[in-house]
Amino acid sequence: MVAMGDWLEKVKERLGGSVLEDFEFRGEYTLLLDKSSLPGALEVLKGEFGFDCLVDLCGVDMGVDQEPRFYVVYHLRNMTTRAQLRVKVGLKDGEGIPTACGVWPGANWMEREAYDMFGIEFEGHPDLTRLYLADDFPGYPLRKDYPTEGYDFEE
Amino acid sequence: MKTVAEHTERRTYTLNMGPQHPSTHGVLRVILELEGETIVDARPVVGYLHRGTEKLAESKTYQQVSPLIDRLDYLACPAYNFAYCLAVEKLLGVEVPPRAKYIRVILAELARIASHLIWLGSHAMDIGAVTVFLYTFREREITYELLEMAAGVRMHQSYFVVGGVRWDLPEGFIPKLREFLDILPSKIQEYENLLTKNKIWRMRTEGLGVLSREDAIALGATGPMLRGSGVEWDIRKAYPYSGYGEFEFDIPTGRNGDVYDRYLVRMEEMRQSRRIILQALEKLPDGPIHAMEGKLYFPDPDWVRGEHRDIAALIHQFKLVVEGFHPPKGEVYQSIEAPKGELGFYIVCDGSPKPYRLRIRLPSLMNLQTLPLLSRGHKVADLVAIIGTLDIVLGDVDK
Repeated sequence: MVAMGDWLEKVKERLGGSVLEDFEFRGEYTLLLDKSSLPGALEVLKGEFGFDCLVDLCGVDMGVDQEPRFYVVYHLRNMTTRAQLRVKVGLKDGEGIPTACGVWPGANWMEREAYDMFGIEFEGHPDLTRLYLADDFPGYPLRKDYPTEGYDFEE
Repeated sequence: MKTVAEHTERRTYTLNMGPQHPSTHGVLRVILELEGETIVDARPVVGYLHRGTEKLAESKTYQQVSPLIDRLDYLACPAYNFAYCLAVEKLLGVEVPPRAKYIRVILAELARIASHLIWLGSHAMDIGAVTVFLYTFREREITYELLEMAAGVRMHQSYFVVGGVRWDLPEGFIPKLREFLDILPSKIQEYENLLTKNKIWRMRTEGLGVLSREDAIALGATGPMLRGSGVEWDIRKAYPYSGYGEFEFDIPTGRNGDVYDRYLVRMEEMRQSRRIILQALEKLPDGPIHAMEGKLYFPDPDWVRGEHRDIAALIHQFKLVVEGFHPPKGEVYQSIEAPKGELGFYIVCDGSPKPYRLRIRLPSLMNLQTLPLLSRGHKVADLVAIIGTLDIVLGDVDK
């Protein structure tokens, strides 16, 4: 495995107050970033720390009564040093988040999927439409309050 | 002489391709914007095979999720169970015994050969070389017989379980596998004789669908798509898992990043997979095939209801079936080099026996995102070759 300690301290120092929390689990590092620091913080991670590859982007619903309700999770990778970092940004219900398409063009479909499944609005996205489901599909199925047995269509 | 387009007003028109189209390898729909026969823009529309695997997983225990996972890419099932089991094991902090690791590597590499064989056959058939399809299916059949010997079924094996493999390799498996590996190089040579220097094949594939190094990384392309563009990147080397660090193998890369380069990369990958399996067979250790810690394994049926039945084994079995096991609270991301690219599982666990959130990072979906870039400026007939070179399976695009 690649030594993680050095660059992580530098990242935290550089991002300063926008890092709300950081933790480690099973050798993976996670930074919880403040939403207002986006997309600048992501540009810094790509430009100054060489995280040139966005491996994955997804949404997580923490539950209806939780604060923040949603997380947008970015898995970043530096292809040269092989360092990996997970970045999470918390969102309230109905809140939008700046798109990462300008930083990593590959975010396009993954953000569409997160919009499709969670209803998270990505501000500035070039084509924010549903990825998998039909355009007139009711609701956002990966939300925890989605009725898995279906809506009552008679009403 | 002026062309017709120059005489008249230049205009484009829209053509719908798919979702039912023989060359889209399933239910892929592409909305094409054409000018004459030239592609101005291509917009893939996915989701026709969406089965909601991520949502389904949230209502099942970790063991019950496993059979859903190998239905994603139904041409390389062991690789998918492999990644899922590794992710859950990482979450649990469980180390798998060496014999199970090697068995997993052998079957995962066999799955890579099977997946590349079916890709080669269908890709060549799309372009017009139908014979290759018949040849590759001949060898693919042997790989499926081998998988059937190990797991009992041809497809959707779910042979890998959390903590190890379901049972040991049967008698006769290793000799049959060695027999297959002995003939494989001559068979790969046979396909190469048909294609590599074939003038028609080269004219149809060279300089087509060029993906630059920078674009490949920026768009999140992985696997042979990335290596074809000259990036020496393989998860097996970058973050070795399941003992891959102990094997010697090369990462083939392309130079021009075109359809032909990716063809050469995949051909070489089959040879490298053979090399890995041979080393794994050589080193295959004896010992347990399942991690005993954490009580993850279903007890021997003989202990539960046979002659040696024991109340402790019965309770253990009952608890696993009814409740499942409880991983610690936390989140992990684990990826492997699947035949089609990087396959990753991101699991958020709240301490309950069901995944709170299971996110699947699919290689085919991310590779398909490069389609508009690859096809712009080419003819409609070449689009078929470009879809073929992506090596997508729609089960793996639509989850």
